[in-house]
Amino acid sequence: MEYHNRPIDTTGQQIPEDWFQPIEKDLNKAEEVARPSLSFYKDAWLRLKQNRLAITGLFFLIVLILAAVFAPIFSPYSISEGALRNQNLAPSAAHWFGTDNLGRDVFTRLWHGARVSLFVGVAAALIDFFIGIIYGGVAGYKGGRTDSVMMRIIEVLYGLPHLLVVILLLVVMGPSLFTIIVALTITGWIGMARIVRGQVMQLRNHEYVLASKTLGASTGRIIRKNLLPNTMGPIIVQITLTVPSAIFAEAFLSFLGLGIQAPNASWGSMANDGLSAILSGDWWLLFFPALFISLTMFAFNVLGDGLRDAFDPKLRR
Amino acid sequence: MAIYLIRRFVIMIATIFVIATLTFILMHSIPGNPFTTQDRSTSEAVQENLKAHYHLDEPMIVQYGIWLKSLATFDFGPSIKQPTETVNDLLGRGFPISAELGMWTITIALISGITLGVLAALKHNGIIDYIAMTLAVLGISIPNFILATLLIQQLAVNLQLLPAATWSSPMHMIMPIIALATGPTAIIARLTRSSMLEVLTQDYIKTARAKGLSPAKIVIKHALRNALMPVVTILGTLVAAILTGTFVIERIFAIPGMGKYFVESINNRDYPVIMGTTVFYSAFLIFMLFLVDIVYSILDPRIKLHKKGGS
Repeated sequence: MEYHNRPIDTTGQQIPEDWFQPIEKDLNKAEEVARPSLSFYKDAWLRLKQNRLAITGLFFLIVLILAAVFAPIFSPYSISEGALRNQNLAPSAAHWFGTDNLGRDVFTRLWHGARVSLFVGVAAALIDFFIGIIYGGVAGYKGGRTDSVMMRIIEVLYGLPHLLVVILLLVVMGPSLFTIIVALTITGWIGMARIVRGQVMQLRNHEYVLASKTLGASTGRIIRKNLLPNTMGPIIVQITLTVPSAIFAEAFLSFLGLGIQAPNASWGSMANDGLSAILSGDWWLLFFPALFISLTMFAFNVLGDGLRDAFDPKLRR
Repeated sequence: MAIYLIRRFVIMIATIFVIATLTFILMHSIPGNPFTTQDRSTSEAVQENLKAHYHLDEPMIVQYGIWLKSLATFDFGPSIKQPTETVNDLLGRGFPISAELGMWTITIALISGITLGVLAALKHNGIIDYIAMTLAVLGISIPNFILATLLIQQLAVNLQLLPAATWSSPMHMIMPIIALATGPTAIIARLTRSSMLEVLTQDYIKTARAKGLSPAKIVIKHALRNALMPVVTILGTLVAAILTGTFVIERIFAIPGMGKYFVESINNRDYPVIMGTTVFYSAFLIFMLFLVDIVYSILDPRIKLHKKGGS
């Protein structure tokens, strides 16, 4: 081949020898770590900070939580009583988001709705988290026959149409906040349990776990230092994705009239009330609850995506 | 293969049995019965006769037996609220409409979702990618019932372009399908994009490029076939989401599908209809999951069905 005969210096220019300097090998420094050692969460946080969309979502959620806690306290209006002469007012300086057909301030009701939606979302996610971690942890750690029986149960439950069961339960137990949370968690933990089990199964045979075992680490230390940090990533991601789906489910059920009952407000029930008003042109009754449901789901989704990327060791730079 | 199929089939039957039992227990633990809400003027004797007619006076265990027998023979008996019709009549009338809505939705979601995802992956970090992914996150974030009402307000009330309700012509079908398909489209687009991005860096794509294949052929024949596997895996879940989505969409657009009968029967405590539709829905869904599993195994030669038993 032709290019075998070419000189190694392809730029056609000689590199002067004094460009190079020998480096003394310092055995003492061989073990030194080049960058500061970062804990798992610090590292993830550094990468999450790079993701502008995810940070925007996080910021929105923080503001939303603060507003849901404080806005109803400072609002001059009541959630359940309005002045009938103020029926269906368009947004104005006095009523920022307008009033509904009973003269109630939509802005105030919206923040009460935010409390309900966030509470349902967080409560459902937390209960899923605890049941899922225990069920999945036991199945994954024990393995063998225990695991296979537990997984058969999950397989049967997995096929159940989730929302159908929820609707049936609501009909039987009567609509209330408590029922909604029970109904949502009764099938909701399955996803979490599958994730935890998969993670634990995969991790418990890894070399570094065996290595700590050989070095005499206690089971508690292995779980805390080896298993949990590596399982937390997918679990946190799953939580951030469970919350919006619970919020969606609550809105969906309230929209069907099976959720939060009047005079209490949730975003779903407010959207349901707004549905009939839209034909008479009172757009704000539907628009604001719809906007907040969508924005919240959006914020949780981008935050979940961002966290997924941030926790992914393959994307580590 | 055969062993795996049998195993999956047994699980399928078990799941249907669980849902049937669950529905039975739940229905009969509702306080009151169908006749207390209906006509307050009916005398005690008439009520007793009605109860006897629908076997509601028998002990629970006998009713449960009757229920299981009706399941096995696919005959769910007459509706209580509309005595002239059987549950099978209602299912036969509602299901084709719901199925039509569902089929269109899944077809359109697949076509537009895959197209968007592939375009976004090919122009990674480009303007198309950015627009497609923004649309996708929006599509996931906006609940279908809100999208539906916004569509009605804009397209039907303000612009008067499309009819607002019912299900009688192709024009009537546009808005419900858009409302129902947007969420699944977004999910499919995101999934296709990420798996396309992964596949495009593989060695066999470089090989295909090196041997001088046209870009179109590389994408369609080599990349897409592999990139679509994750999409196939979530098809079952998507079908479930669309099915439950039809409840509320059918209600908003006044479409006489199964969702309408389901919601009505719950409000009326029409036991046979509730139990019939629930079990029918569930069985349909479970069967779809089963089908998806089989399709997946056919598409992906790496999966040996009989080895999957360990997981």
